Amino acid sequence: MSLPTPDLGELYQSVILDHNKTPRNFRAIEDASGKAEGYNPLCGDRVEIWVKVEDGRIADLSFLGNGCAISKASASIMTATLKGKTVEEADALFARFHATLTGEQGRGDEKLPTRLEVFRGVARFPIRVKCATLAWHALRDALAQTTTTKE
Amino acid sequence: MAMPVAHALDVATVRAAFPILEREVQGRRLVYLDSAASAQRPRQVVEAMVRYTYELNANVHRGVHWLSQEATQAYDGVREQAARFLNARQPEEVIFAHGTTAAINLIATSYGGSTLQPGDEIVVTEMEHHSNFVPWQQLAARTGAIFRVAPVDDDGSLPLDRLASLLNPRTRIVAVTHASNVLGTILPIAEIARMAHDVGAVLVVDGAQGAPHLPVDVQALDCDFYVLSGHKMYGPTGIGLLWGRYDLLTRMPPAETGGGMVARVTAERTTFAPPPARFEAGTPPITEVIGLGAAITFLTDLGFDAIRAHEDDLLAYATERLQSVPGLRILGTASPKVSVVSFVMDAAHPHDIGTVVDSYGVAIRAGHHCAQPLMDRFGVSATARASFGVYNTREEVDILVAALDEVGRLFG
Repeated sequence: MSLPTPDLGELYQSVILDHNKTPRNFRAIEDASGKAEGYNPLCGDRVEIWVKVEDGRIADLSFLGNGCAISKASASIMTATLKGKTVEEADALFARFHATLTGEQGRGDEKLPTRLEVFRGVARFPIRVKCATLAWHALRDALAQTTTTKE
Repeated sequence: MAMPVAHALDVATVRAAFPILEREVQGRRLVYLDSAASAQRPRQVVEAMVRYTYELNANVHRGVHWLSQEATQAYDGVREQAARFLNARQPEEVIFAHGTTAAINLIATSYGGSTLQPGDEIVVTEMEHHSNFVPWQQLAARTGAIFRVAPVDDDGSLPLDRLASLLNPRTRIVAVTHASNVLGTILPIAEIARMAHDVGAVLVVDGAQGAPHLPVDVQALDCDFYVLSGHKMYGPTGIGLLWGRYDLLTRMPPAETGGGMVARVTAERTTFAPPPARFEAGTPPITEVIGLGAAITFLTDLGFDAIRAHEDDLLAYATERLQSVPGLRILGTASPKVSVVSFVMDAAHPHDIGTVVDSYGVAIRAGHHCAQPLMDRFGVSATARASFGVYNTREEVDILVAALDEVGRLFG
């Protein structure tokens, strides 16, 4: 299969297309410790995130929703990447991911975990950065809820 | 053949007036299929604005000096031209506003705010752009009026019996679009006007998608207010207009106050100028008004018979070609339509469709089109939309379809 331009192939990497078609952890978690919704007013896309935290670690993480390939694959890959990580590790990873996509000075060239590297091409499509970070923002809300509940 | 062909639209000549159509994006020639969002601007419009700026620029309705008089003549000349364009009874029925949104807000604030009582009713349709939806919803919330939404059929038409069932003697305002920016559906305005008037309501028509494609005769439509935007009809941004029946305008209080809209000001009180000045506080966007005038000339020189014939051909061709794309579904199939085609694809989300076709140089819109209630009604979060103007060609439809085939290959 030949893509019309290198840019498009850079954005729609095969890993992204795969996660879009077969999203991982695409379900609700019944005994979640936190749940939040991400909404992109620009396009009307919604994603729901469930997170289960045990002893400061993300024991389970899932999502449901309808969105573009970038937002869906990003949510799917996020759930696969963060399971087992501590909340602090998840926060730090989001900061690096966000910096890479927005080309933040001095931080954008840091190497990301392989699974997240496939989103580097999104940085060249500024309008799509929100798609790639929607699930992450929702996760942060879900985690904040978890912390509040525990206090 | 007996059919006259003298007024057929010459696309090559039309395209030559739009320098932007020569540019490349992503290494490909631009295929601009987003005129329903903002149409491109021909040289005639830009040159009129440049000429005004270089030769006439001055404030209007203020100076005794020569330039100001010429500027005022040019400015009010566009008012007269717009009145002819809409077949208004008098030029004073035409009020320049920032755009359709500002014009509708003016009606809502001034007419609605001064006439509505708690329990009165406002009726809009499910296919309204947010700009003809939110101002009425908010007006209802402010005044205690009831806000009703007439449903849309599966094919994108407006069932008039359902609309009729929402109308009653408490209905004060009916606000509908002339043509849907998503579905393309052209509404039977004259018929809706009769229904509104039968219960004593006024009819507000959002002409943002009507004026670029259809001849507008406000007397034949028999509406009470008609609004439009310059940039949807090959004119500049930042200018639109409100046409209103003069007897209604004279009863309406100003929405904004300040310079240029007064009769007499003392420390105790102010008396207001009659319309249209009453509704044009402050220095207006004079250059943009001149551009709007040039856009109206551009459209009337082409002629709406020729525009309709050209756009109907593109719409029919695009509809047929798009329906042949596997897994593609068109939203809005009711006739008559303006040249707007919204669609969804099984394989891909509208944003992904938009990004893929963009790599072919094809500009389409992807999103909710500021019509979220309509998206909800059709159970989608977004659609892709190709919209066609006077400069588009069948060849450009072919390029879109080729790009959509790539969408199928990539995501299928």
